[in-house]
Amino acid sequence: MLVSSEDGLVIADALLEDVKGNAVAALASSLAKRVGNASKSAGVGAPLFLHLDASAGVLVAAPANSDILMVVVAERSVNVGLVRLEMLRIAEAGL
Amino acid sequence: MAEDIKALSDELARDPNSLVFLRLGEALRVQGQLDAARQVAHAGLERHPGVIDGRDLYARILVDAGELGPAQQLWEDALRMDARHQGSLKGLGFLYYNQGDLDQALEYLERAIAVDPTNQSVVQALRFLQDVAAKLEATLEEEDVTPPDVFEGMEARDRGILLVDGQGRPLAGGVTTTDGADKTDEVAAYLAGVSQEAERTSRMLNLGEWQSLVVEGQSGNVHLSQAGGEALVFLARGREIPTGRLALMAERALGAARAWLKGQGL
Repeated sequence: MLVSSEDGLVIADALLEDVKGNAVAALASSLAKRVGNASKSAGVGAPLFLHLDASAGVLVAAPANSDILMVVVAERSVNVGLVRLEMLRIAEAGL
Repeated sequence: MAEDIKALSDELARDPNSLVFLRLGEALRVQGQLDAARQVAHAGLERHPGVIDGRDLYARILVDAGELGPAQQLWEDALRMDARHQGSLKGLGFLYYNQGDLDQALEYLERAIAVDPTNQSVVQALRFLQDVAAKLEATLEEEDVTPPDVFEGMEARDRGILLVDGQGRPLAGGVTTTDGADKTDEVAAYLAGVSQEAERTSRMLNLGEWQSLVVEGQSGNVHLSQAGGEALVFLARGREIPTGRLALMAERALGAARAWLKGQGL
């Protein structure tokens, strides 16, 4: 899923049918913004990668550029390290 | 007492210049006849302006009448005339206690007892104030506002371990940047609502209960975890600490935070 970082609107997605894309985009964007502000304030700089770990799955996000946030939702068994590498590679290459 | 007042009144009537006005005024004051006491004291002071006990008497009558400011002025005048006047020292001690200035009150009573250590009313007043001061000190010690050292002895506690409640208020720990700036309050404020937002996101995606949130930043990493309720543990370290190790450190910090929250009944 690609989300507008500023307003949390969906730009493009490929989600399962039962996933409410708009709500997820808004929440992920808002969460990234809040945590990003805390991280910057703590002196660790702007977020490059974000990983929400839950009991039944994960949500990972990475800024594709200053305007767009990439969001991936996966099962808990997913190889987060691999997903991270792919996302950072895409971010580096530019969309 | 009524007879005393009559006898004293008769005596004063016989000799208006007598200092018996002091005993009569005091007897009337004790009886609660404040208007009569005031008249006697005022008349006596007009005849004997240099009698310091007259000012002391008038001041006590004024205190009983609730006129504390004029009473203070009278006692201060009396002390200018005699710095060791015990009644005035005691009176001012009472007034300062009444104003909540315990230090000043104690100072005046200590001066009063130095004049006459056998005066039981001053001894008792001083003991009372000393007890009040001791209790106050004990209360202040109990209400020590020093932040709890929940994360004592933990790696990175000097750089950034913070326990924050759901409203963005720091509960323990702190965050300091590499240049020494204290960012505790700022980070805590940004974290307000993060727990609820993470919870909503997880619920919306059917991901179950959220457990941690890791952020890789340009020059460091952050680990956030749920400490119970909406409280969060925030842990920040430089990039030299891999996120896996950060997770282990966070786990220790989380254990300490949960134990402290439980101890607080939160």
